[in-house]
Amino acid sequence: MALPTYASTGQRVWHYTFRTICGLILFYLIAPLLVVIPLSFNAQDFFTFTPEMLRLDPAGYSLQHYRDFFTNPDWQGPLWNSLAIAPVATLIAVALGTLAAVGLSQGHVPFKRAIMAILISPMIVPLIISAAGMYFFYSRIGLQGTYWGVVLAHAALGIPFVIITVTATLVGFDKSLTRAAASLGAGPMRTFWKVQMPLILPGVVSGALFAFITSFDEVVVVLFMGAAGQKTLPWQMFTGLREQISPTILAAATVLIAVSVLLLGTLELLRRRSERLRGLSPA
Amino acid sequence: MADATITGGLPTGREARPASPEPMLAADGTLLRASLARSLRRQKARALLLIAPLLLFILVTFVLPIGDMLFRSVENAIVPETLPRTVAALRDDPAEVPGEAVFDALYTDLVVAEEYKIHTQLGTRLNYEFGGASSLFRGAGRHVGKFDTDVYADQFGDANPAFADPGRWAAWMADDAVRAALPQTTDAYDAWAKFTVDVHGDDPAEEDLGDFVYAALYRDLAAGAQPPGLPSVDVSGFEAVSLKQQFVDDDEGWGEPEIWTTLRTFSPRFTAGYYLNAVDLKIGPQGIELREGSDRIYIQLFIRTLILSVTITATCILLGYPVAFLLASLPMRSANLLMILVLLPFWTSLLVRTSAWKVLLQQQGVINDLLVWAGVLSDSGRLVMINNQTGTIIAMTHILLPFMILPLYSVMKGIPPSYVRAAKSLGANDWTAFWRVYFPQSVPGIGAGSILVFILAIGYYITPELVGGTKGVFISNRIAYHISDSLNWGLAAALGTILLAVVLLLYWAYDRLVGIDNVKLGG
Repeated sequence: MALPTYASTGQRVWHYTFRTICGLILFYLIAPLLVVIPLSFNAQDFFTFTPEMLRLDPAGYSLQHYRDFFTNPDWQGPLWNSLAIAPVATLIAVALGTLAAVGLSQGHVPFKRAIMAILISPMIVPLIISAAGMYFFYSRIGLQGTYWGVVLAHAALGIPFVIITVTATLVGFDKSLTRAAASLGAGPMRTFWKVQMPLILPGVVSGALFAFITSFDEVVVVLFMGAAGQKTLPWQMFTGLREQISPTILAAATVLIAVSVLLLGTLELLRRRSERLRGLSPA
Repeated sequence: MADATITGGLPTGREARPASPEPMLAADGTLLRASLARSLRRQKARALLLIAPLLLFILVTFVLPIGDMLFRSVENAIVPETLPRTVAALRDDPAEVPGEAVFDALYTDLVVAEEYKIHTQLGTRLNYEFGGASSLFRGAGRHVGKFDTDVYADQFGDANPAFADPGRWAAWMADDAVRAALPQTTDAYDAWAKFTVDVHGDDPAEEDLGDFVYAALYRDLAAGAQPPGLPSVDVSGFEAVSLKQQFVDDDEGWGEPEIWTTLRTFSPRFTAGYYLNAVDLKIGPQGIELREGSDRIYIQLFIRTLILSVTITATCILLGYPVAFLLASLPMRSANLLMILVLLPFWTSLLVRTSAWKVLLQQQGVINDLLVWAGVLSDSGRLVMINNQTGTIIAMTHILLPFMILPLYSVMKGIPPSYVRAAKSLGANDWTAFWRVYFPQSVPGIGAGSILVFILAIGYYITPELVGGTKGVFISNRIAYHISDSLNWGLAAALGTILLAVVLLLYWAYDRLVGIDNVKLGG
């Protein structure tokens, strides 16, 4: 949308005003995250910039909140809990989700619309309602307050993302490849692992990332479903923000921002790879 | 399918079908039609088999829990299960304050409930409908053991020592003829024997019987029962105790109609009471009526949830549209770069973003500090931007904005730029070209984004809880409160079901408009 040389003054003014407005909105989107990072190095227990920090005086900065985050059992316990729950939930979601997405992508699936609606529903139903229902039901069957209860709940919440991403990759999948493999004598299993899986892998991986972040960030369901033994990182942050507000939260937040940058980077690489592949293969 | 043209071996003499009447055969000699049908069937079965594990998983871990919630929103078994005899007796007694028979039943029920310590739960449950029920049941539970019914045990013991012997009782109660002759006694004895074993772990044949069993025996005998095998005793001279009087002496509330109306209303196993409560109604003596002013909070809360969600959606459109427009019109390379600014918040933990807003918006927070430092505000005039609706709107707009920008962007990407150019070449100015040509084509994106943002906003819990204070909370916060603090699960379930109905309606609309399989995640 470069400005043409013949643009009138009014158009010029509007062009730059519009860009400024967009800049401000993008600033609104990103600024809160950027503010958190320097504040987490605060030497004081304050949630705002101290005069020393504004003067860029090294005395105003310290790693004490990170030290607290990485040594205090109040934070380490939840961190390890999160790391113990999210991968297992992701594994369940990806295994079952990929299988089902492959099934759904074949033609002639009866009740496809209804099945799809059910499988996507955990993403649409408000978390508080899922949490309420799961709390009621899982306490009936004795899973409330257990590790597996939380894992199963998180897997259910992550599945829609796997379904959506994998189905999207399968739309562009050339079916004659599996037919070719079959005609060359490969069984269904071999065809899947050797031909189909490598091609849909980017979709599976991005689905896995979504499922992982869903579980890793999730707080409402675990708040109701978990016992103290399943306290996760977001849960600890939630209690921290509600009750004893400590600046260690900002250190935790910065660590989590780093994790999301990492995830976003991985996704971007995957997207580029699939774009490159699509560009290479004849349409 | 091709079925219409491959009609098996039917000899067709019709002119319209000059094709060969010979049946088409597959390579293995079977009819091609049958062979195709079989392979199609096999394909369907394979697809279903692949989907089945996940479908089963979702049904068990997600759909069943939601069903359980729906069930709980109407379920009311606690009254008939805790007070089975009272509920049965009330059915035969239409009086405002029932007679002795109901109080006799209530006495037995309460003694049993007190042993299992479940009478307080019932009191709590009924307190949702009638304030005061909780203290009535608590009080009665404490005092029911000290009622004057011990006179029956003494009088029976004096009449014949066999009545004080648990071993003899156990023998009598094993005799079907006795059981048939003494229905109330049998019922009371069985209940007593059950909690003696369950709660105390004792042998009923060795423990002294509860007073309420003797009271039941007195009632049976006074009604003219003649049990075979029991020592004969003339109860007409016995001193009788009015249990109604005992209850009313304990708490006058038992002698007033309110508690009985409540009990009668909530005797059935299923009730609409929670739903009525969720929309500020209740079942009064004259049918459905509005709750008192101070209890009328839910309609207002639903309306506030809707207004706040609409406001947030509108703000998202207002802020998202220009950004999506810019992203769609920039060259790919710079658009991708700016897209990171949209995607990074999208990928960042909700708690991180909420804590950031908490830090920014506080009265001693970054924004206020900045404004004071710049001289815009005086130190005493700091803005209150958190723990109110402003805080909720600012923070939630920020959190949901990517959900508006992404669908808008993908729709705008598909609008050919030549249309706008054509409009301009035909003499339209910038505004007309945008408003009459570009904007109408971007409306589907606004629709998709709005429904998505609205669905997400209406069910939000964490952010309003942390930055919303008391005025900026949603219906979800009330649901959470009822689950974990007030423990009124039925009401939580009813509120949840209403919210779920609204969301599903929107989900259906979204599916019609966009199609659920067209949901795109992050570019």
